[in-house]
Amino acid sequence: MDKEEALSLYRKLILTRRAEEKIREEYGKDEMKTPVHLGIGGEAIPVGVCHCLPKGTSIFGTYRNHALYLAVTEDTDGFFAELYGKTTGPAKGKAGSMHLSAPQQGLMATSAVVGTTIPLAVGAALAHAYRKSDGVVAVFFGDGAMEEGVFWESLNFACLRRLRILFVCEDNDLAIHALAAQRQGFRSIAEAVGGFRCHLASSDGSDLRAVISTARHMVQLVSEQPAPGFLHFTYFRFLEHVGPGEDFDAGYRPRPTPEEIERLDPVCRFEREICAKGWLTDEMLVREQQKVDQQIHRSVDSAQKARFPDATELYTDVIS
Amino acid sequence: MKASITFREALNLALVREMETDPNVFLFGLDVADHKRIFGSTANLVERFGTDRCFGTPLSEDAMTGVALGAAILGLRPVHVHIRADFLLLTMNQVGNMMSNLRYMSGGKLQIPLVIRAVIGRGWGQSAQHSKSLHGVFAHFPGLKVVLPTTPQDAYSLLRSAIRDDNPVIFLEHRWLYDIAGEVDDGAQIPIGLPVMRRKGAAVTVVCTSWMNVEALKAAEVLARRGVDIEIIDVRTVSPLQAELIVDSVKKTRNCIVADYDWVFCGFGAEIAAIVSHRCFGSLERPVERLGFAFSPCPTTRPLENLFYPSALSIIRTVERMLGLEEADLSRESFYTYEQRFRGPF
Repeated sequence: MDKEEALSLYRKLILTRRAEEKIREEYGKDEMKTPVHLGIGGEAIPVGVCHCLPKGTSIFGTYRNHALYLAVTEDTDGFFAELYGKTTGPAKGKAGSMHLSAPQQGLMATSAVVGTTIPLAVGAALAHAYRKSDGVVAVFFGDGAMEEGVFWESLNFACLRRLRILFVCEDNDLAIHALAAQRQGFRSIAEAVGGFRCHLASSDGSDLRAVISTARHMVQLVSEQPAPGFLHFTYFRFLEHVGPGEDFDAGYRPRPTPEEIERLDPVCRFEREICAKGWLTDEMLVREQQKVDQQIHRSVDSAQKARFPDATELYTDVIS
Repeated sequence: MKASITFREALNLALVREMETDPNVFLFGLDVADHKRIFGSTANLVERFGTDRCFGTPLSEDAMTGVALGAAILGLRPVHVHIRADFLLLTMNQVGNMMSNLRYMSGGKLQIPLVIRAVIGRGWGQSAQHSKSLHGVFAHFPGLKVVLPTTPQDAYSLLRSAIRDDNPVIFLEHRWLYDIAGEVDDGAQIPIGLPVMRRKGAAVTVVCTSWMNVEALKAAEVLARRGVDIEIIDVRTVSPLQAELIVDSVKKTRNCIVADYDWVFCGFGAEIAAIVSHRCFGSLERPVERLGFAFSPCPTTRPLENLFYPSALSIIRTVERMLGLEEADLSRESFYTYEQRFRGPF
C-alpha cells in the first residue's frame, strides 16, 4: 500500500462512517422513513474487499449495505435521496435503505431477508462461467446467514461447479440480538465450511489492511485455481441491529472498553496506522473529514429538497 | 410448418427453437437431462446443446431459483424446470421476496427474463404433494406472469413468448395434457396475457384454467345433445389478466361458471367471480358459480380423488341447476376418458 492508495481508502472509509453518523443525527427528525441497519464498526470489510475486486465484478449484499453501496459508488447524492424516499434516489425511493443497489456499477442487489442474495450471486457466477468469462462475483452476508438453508445449497452448487465467487462472511457474532453461541451447532465457521471444495481464509475485519491483504490473495487464488473463495471477517457492531442508537444497556452484550474500541474501530485503527507511516498528519485527516462532511451535507440538503415520486411511479417497473 | 404433435412435443419444440435462436437461453432443473427428460419435454436437448445449456442440479430448489434469478439479471435467459408444481413451495422465498420485486426495487434497472416451468400432477395416487397447481398463489404477487397452456399450440407459442419475456414467468403444465395431440403452427405467435374462446355458445359462460378446459369441452358435448350450448373461455394467462373476453361473453350469456383447477377458497375463481360480478352486474341472471378442488388435501385413493376434483360432470350439474333444467341421466356417458390413458406411476 502506498500513500495514494491509503488516502483513497481513507476517504472511502470516512465517507461511509460520516454518512452513517449523519443518518444518526438526522434520523430523529423522522424525515428519513426507512429502517436503517447501520454498519458502524464493519466498514473496513466492504471498503477493503471492494478495493481488491476486478473492474466489472458483480456484487451482492445485505440490508446492512450502506458501506457497501458507498464503497462501490461513492454516490452520497443518490444514497441520501433513496433514504429520504425521493425521486432522485437510484430506485426513485422505492428501495430505501434495505434494498440499495447500483447495477450499472456492479452492485446488483441487496436484500432484507437474510441469505436471499447468496444464490443470486452464485447465478451471476454461473453466468460468467456460461459466457466463458473470467469475471468474478462477490456476495456479502452476515454470520446469521449461515444458519439459512439457502446458504448451504448455494455453497454446495458453487463448489460443485467450481465457480469464481467470493463468499464474504461479515461476522459480528450477532443475529439481531442473539449471539452465535446461542444459534450455531457447528464448532466454527471455518470447520463448517472446511468440508467444501473451496478456498478459505479469515482475518480481523476491523483491520482494513488485513482485510485487503486477505481479500487480494483470495481474488488471485480464485482466479488462478477456479473455485469459490470463502472470506471470513470478524468485526464488532457498535450500534443496535436496526435504528440509530447504541443498545449496550439492553444487557445482551457488554459495552467495549476504550482499549477495546481502539482495536475494534476500523476508522481509528486505520487513522493511527497511516499517521504512524507518516502518510497523513492530523491536520490532513481533519481536512479530509471536512471535505467528506461538506459532500454529505450537500447530499442531504439536496435529498431533502428533492421531489417525492409522482403517483404514476407506484405502478412503474412492476413489470416491463 | 404445421403438424399435429403432442403437448410434450410442442414444449420440446419451443425449447429447441428458442435455444437455437438465442445462445443465452439455457435450461436446468432436476431430471431435465436424465433418461426420462421430464416426460419427454426436454428430450434431446442435452445431446443437441450440451451440458452447459441443459443440466441437472442438486436437490436445492430454493437456491437454484436464486441461481436462475442471478443469471437472468446478468442477461441470460434461464428456464428452470420442476417435475411437480408442489416443489415450487420450496422456492417461495426467491419467488415472493426477490424475483417478483427485484425490478421494482432496482428502480427498473434490472430485467428478469426467467421462466419457471412446473408440471401439475394428477391421478394414480399423486396425492397431496404431487397435485397442486398454485397459480393463484403466484398470481397474488405483483411482478410475476403466470401462464397455464391447454393446447399444444398454446404450449408451443406461449412457452416461446415466456422465454422471450423480460419478466419472470411461471409456466404451469398439466401432466394429463402431455399426451394430447393437436395441430401446431410453428410460426404462430401468441402473446402472454390473452384468454381465448375454446367454444362458442349462448347458454352459460364457463371460464376455465388448464385441465378444466378439457372437462368443459366434454361437458359441452354432453349438454349440446339436449340443446344447451355453453361458451368456454380458456384464461391461459392468470396474470396479467385481460378480462374483456370474459366480460363480453358473460354480458351475452348472462350466466357464468368459473371452473378453476385449484382450491375454490381464496382462489383465482374468486377473482374471476369478483370481476364478473363487478363488470357484468346488470347482465347477470344469477350469481356466478365457482367450481374447483374440494377444500381438503388431495387424497390418494381413487374414489375420494374423484370427489376432490371438479369435472365435466360437476360442470353439467351446475349448468342444469343454473338454468333450471332437470338432471340428465348420465349413466351411459363416458367421463375420465383421458385419465384412462394415464397409467402412472408419475
